[in-house]
Formats: sequence, structure tokens, C-alpha cells
Amino acid sequence: MMDLWHIYTHMFRSRLFEEAVARAWQAGRIMGEMHSSIGEEAIAAATVLQLKEGDAMLLDHRGTAPLVIRGVDMALLYREFLGHPDGLCGGKGGHMHLFSRPHLAASSGIVGATGPLAAGFALAAKRLRPGNVALAYFGDGAMNQGMLLESFNLAAAWKLPVLFICKDSHWAITTETEQVTGGNLIERVRGFGIPAEYAEGWDVERLWPLVQKALVHIRDGKGPFFIHATCVHLEGHFLGDPLIRVFRHPLKEARKLTSPLLAALSLKSSDSVSHRKERLEYLLKTIGKAAKQRREDDKDPVKRLRKKLLAENKNRLKEVEQQIRTEIDHIISQVERYEKEAKR
Amino acid sequence: MAVKTYLDAIHDAIEEEMRRDENVFLMGEDVGLYGGAFKVTKGLFQEFGPVRVLDTPIAESAIIGVGIGTALQGFRPICEMQFADFISNAFTQIVNNAATFYWRQGVKIPMVIRAPSGGNVHGGPFHSQNPEAWFVHSPGLKVVAPATAYDAKGLLKAAIRDDNVVLYFENKYLYRRIKEDLPEEDFIVEIGRARLARDGEAATIITYSAQVHDAIKVADEIAEEEGKEVAVLDLRSLMPFDKTMILEQVRKTNRILIVHEDHLTGGIGGEISAFITEHAFEYLDAPIMRVAGLDIPVPFSPPLEKHYLPTKEKIKDKLKKLLAY
Ligand SMILES: Cc1ncc(C[n+]2csc(CCOP(=O)(O)OP(=O)(O)O)c2C)c(N)n1
Repeated sequence: MMDLWHIYTHMFRSRLFEEAVARAWQAGRIMGEMHSSIGEEAIAAATVLQLKEGDAMLLDHRGTAPLVIRGVDMALLYREFLGHPDGLCGGKGGHMHLFSRPHLAASSGIVGATGPLAAGFALAAKRLRPGNVALAYFGDGAMNQGMLLESFNLAAAWKLPVLFICKDSHWAITTETEQVTGGNLIERVRGFGIPAEYAEGWDVERLWPLVQKALVHIRDGKGPFFIHATCVHLEGHFLGDPLIRVFRHPLKEARKLTSPLLAALSLKSSDSVSHRKERLEYLLKTIGKAAKQRREDDKDPVKRLRKKLLAENKNRLKEVEQQIRTEIDHIISQVERYEKEAKR
Repeated sequence: MAVKTYLDAIHDAIEEEMRRDENVFLMGEDVGLYGGAFKVTKGLFQEFGPVRVLDTPIAESAIIGVGIGTALQGFRPICEMQFADFISNAFTQIVNNAATFYWRQGVKIPMVIRAPSGGNVHGGPFHSQNPEAWFVHSPGLKVVAPATAYDAKGLLKAAIRDDNVVLYFENKYLYRRIKEDLPEEDFIVEIGRARLARDGEAATIITYSAQVHDAIKVADEIAEEEGKEVAVLDLRSLMPFDKTMILEQVRKTNRILIVHEDHLTGGIGGEISAFITEHAFEYLDAPIMRVAGLDIPVPFSPPLEKHYLPTKEKIKDKLKKLLAY
């Protein structure tokens, strides 16, 4: 049954946790790159909350929301991101290389790697735990990676219980996926003989029944299912993303990006001036698109659901949120206190 | 002369070679408008356009395969792997197709594969590797790994002009940390030649890439503390490696320490050590010693990563043992 209050609790908790993580990254306490799943909470909640004991999750570089919603201890996650020996993986992997045995959850920083791994978990589940499924999460960029396509075929041919979930943000780092992708993704997957359907990934109410239908299909032994869900990465590709800078300061960034071209316009070259003008127009168009796509508040899954619940019962919402806020504050401050003590 | 970082040097080499030769073109993930994950290719899309600077799908195997196809028709592709760690996705195209082509068909493949490698940037196990030894082991490939801005530029230009497949391992840690005055005029650094980065007669540290800088610092400290001058040989090219200069250093200094960031077991140090014992055993006054990355994946956590790396402290420790032997 779809309980929006229950779903919201999970989405909001994940959001608050990731915002705390983002602050720690900004303060320089988390080393290296940090990919956040802020903006993917509806996809994570609609899938994870419908899993059963014994189902597996294969996660890409944005594994935080599914792990939090699946119930992985946030303190363990946070310590892992900090590189702490008491983190989920002893600080060895960081946020892109997570594994939790009790949750049958594994993440990989290799784009596209979740597909074959999910097929493997599914093959094992077929023998060990019939009725269980494996979820593979990946982005639109991964859709062009050979190993993922190999796993589509294999899962279809062997009728493996895999739910493939493409979280389509239209961008892979700074590349617009449309520019490097042939055909239509749903049709592509149907070509493998896998049922494939689309839903807006910021709308948990639409996603939920689709996931439900997919899981019934899979658990019935009818083979894999593919869900294509759009989403917006509200924090950009990683924290500190230059594309987000474009959105926040479009003029300044546009000037920076186009100035080499403007300079080149006056240079002697084998390339004609009209060609270069065309390129300038293309650049400006691309920058405009990047900026626009990140300004759409109604594509924030948490805000969207919140609006609905706020209208339904304002006091209850405030109460729920306050509780979660206290919970997250407690976890974060506990880890930080513990860390300070460990340093002494 | 102008001061250039290691990263600028790579950028300039690509830009100058693309201006010089219309057949040179660039392919990789995000190399276009925004200039790549590390901004190495910044401005190139703007200057050369989408026909010569191609943003690819995330498909490393296809990137290399497409490179081979164009190279067979006279183009000179520069293929970028966003991180060297993802080169394993393209393995078969490199070691089965590209590497064997000349031997099988007598047809050369003028392709450069650029791969940002190395740790010390807290990237974790899939964003910190040094996979050069895999390719040194595969006949038919040239492999280079510059340590200075001068060599970064000169070796890349040489690689682009080379008619064979060259794997170019650029070190992420050095990108913005190393800079020097580079000549305005065109120059190349010949592939296959090492460079004596520091002279000395008490011992030689044979190394390459980021560890060259650490080795020099350690040698300076030892000179001050013990009054012994230790040479540092920067290999620059790993395949072919400079056998002549290595043997010269063995004959001159009689003690050899090999240092690299790649894992110890199966790393290039083992090959060089075997080469020395086969060809100059009688000149050795001590066993050849090695300091390398541990035989574990590169950990994310900064203290663990430091434990993995062949740090200055570890190099100094081993060097003292070598000198005292
Ligand atoms: C095999 C491989 N190639 C390249 C990368 C570098 N990389 C990390 S994330 C990313 C973009 C992924 O895009 P997408 O799959 O759409 O996921 P998103 O980040 O948009 O969620 C790239 C190219 C990688 N991690 N693995």
C-alpha cells in the first residue's frame, strides 16, 4: 500500500542526511569528489520501500538515498564518507564503493557496473531465494556502456529477476546525453525483449504503482523489467559542480566559456568564420539549457510531496519533520564528537 | 619562456599538435565544451570544433576501438580515458586489437591513449590506480609517464607524432603542483630515453612520475644528513625503457633503489631489477631494493592511502638501508 506519509518520512530523512553530508564536504571534512543523490529520493523511496527481505540492491555512485531508506545505519555511512576506520567499509571505499552484507547492497564507481552485478545477484537468488529480486540503479550516461547492455540481454535471455532502473538526469557530468545517445531508451530496452516503462522520477505517486507492477512481474518469474525515470540532480553532478555555477552565475560562466571562441573568431585558421559563429550559438544554447534545467523547483521530489502533505495536515508535517531533524542532528553530532575524541 | 604547470603543458602539447596537423583529433568523455574532468582540454572544443574534439558516450571500449578504426585511415586520434582506472574497460581493444596490429598486418596505428593516473588525491580504489604495468607487459605498445612539465609536453608531442600506439600516463597529483619555465619554440622528448634528474655516486634511485620529486627531496636530505650524493634516474619511458642509462648508473653507483607508486608485485620495478641482475650483476654492491605501492587496492581514507603510497619516509628508510648494506 502506498502511504505517502511513510514515504515522505524516508525521503525527508535521506534529504536531511545528505544536506549534512554536503555541509561536511563544503567544510573540507570529506575528501575527494562527492556525488549526492539529492533529487533522486522519489526513485529511491518508490523502489526500496517495496523491497522484501532477501532482495538485493546494486548502486551506482549515488548510493546514499537507497542505503538510508533501506535502513543502513547513517552513522556508519557518515563515518565511511569521512574515511573513518569505523565506517561502513572501514574507510577503504568512501562513498562510491560501499557494501552492506545484511542489506545485500553494493555500490560501484564504475559506470554501468551495476547491471551485470545485479544479473549475478539475480541468478543466485533464483537458486537460493526464489521470489527475490535484484535492483540495478544507473544513470542515463551508463546506458551507453557495453557491460550494461550485455546485462540486459543476459537478464532477458535467462529470465532473471532484475529490476533495471535508469535515473535519467539528461546529463552525464558535462555531456548532454542526447548528444551522445542513439535512439530512444525505452525502445532500445524493449528491443532486448524487456518490458520498459517511463515515469517522472520526481513524482513518487506515479512511480510507486509502476514499481509495484514491475516487481509483481519479476517475482512471478517473468524475467526482468526496466523503469526509465527522469530526475534532476539539484546539487549538480558532484558537490561544487561547474554546471551549477552556470546556473547560479550564468553570465559570468558564459563569458568564461565563450571567450576562447571569441578570441578564436579573429584568429587565422582553416575553419571558416561562419562555422565558428555557429559554434558560438551552439555554446550559448547549451549553456542556457544547462542553466534552465536546474532551476525547476517542481522537479524536486521532496518539495513536491511536501506541498501536498502540507495542505493535508500542516501540524502533522511539522511534527514529522521536527522528529527527523532531531534524529539527523543527533547522528551527525554523535559522529563528530566521536571523531574528535578519536583524534585526541 | 613562460611558466607552465604540468597540466598546461599537456594542454599546450595537444593544442599545438592539433594546429600543426589536421589529422590529429581528440576523443573522450566530457573533453568538449567544459574541457574535461580536470580541465586539461579547456578551450580546445572552442578552437577546433566538434569535428576534431569529440565528446563520447561513457564507453571506453568503443572510444579505443573507434580510435583504431580512424588511425587505420590516417588519422591520429588522442583518446582520453577520464581516469586511468577505467582503461580496464577498454582492455581488449588495446591489448588484443591495437597492440598486435603491426605485428599481425605490418600496419601501424598512430594513436595516443591519455590516462590520468595516480593516487594521493583521495579518489578511492577506482580513481587512484597506476595501471601502467599491464601495458608494459603487452608487446606492441609504448608506455610513457612524465614527471615534469617539460617532459609532459615533450613526450606528449612525441607520442602524437609517433606512428605507434602510445599510452601516456599523466599524473593527476602533479597537474597543478608542478610548474616550470617552458621554451616557446617547438620541442619533443624522445620516447625511450631516461633523464638523470639528480647526479650522485653513492646509489641511484630509479623511478618515474610523481615519485621523481619525492626521490629528489630524499636524496637532498640524505646529502645533507650523511654527506652522500644519491643519483635519481627518471625513466620517463617505461616501454621501451632506457637500458643504456640504467646500466650506466649501475656501473657508476653500484647500488640501486627502485621506486614506483604502482603495486610492488608485478610492477615495473621487478622487470628492471631482473634486467639489471642479468646484465650487470657483478657491478652490484647490494641487493636491488624496491619501494612501491602496497599489494592492495588504493584505499579512500587519507591515512590508509598514505599507508599505501611509497611516501618520502618509506623511500628514505629504504635508501638508508641500501647505503648501509
Ligand atoms: C567506466 C567509467 N567511466 C567513466 C567514469 C567517470 N564518471 C563518473 S560519473 C560519470 C557520469 C555518469 O553519468 P550517469 O550514468 O548519467 O549518472 P549521473 O552521474 O548523471 O547520475 C562519469 C563519466 C566512471 N566512473 N566509470
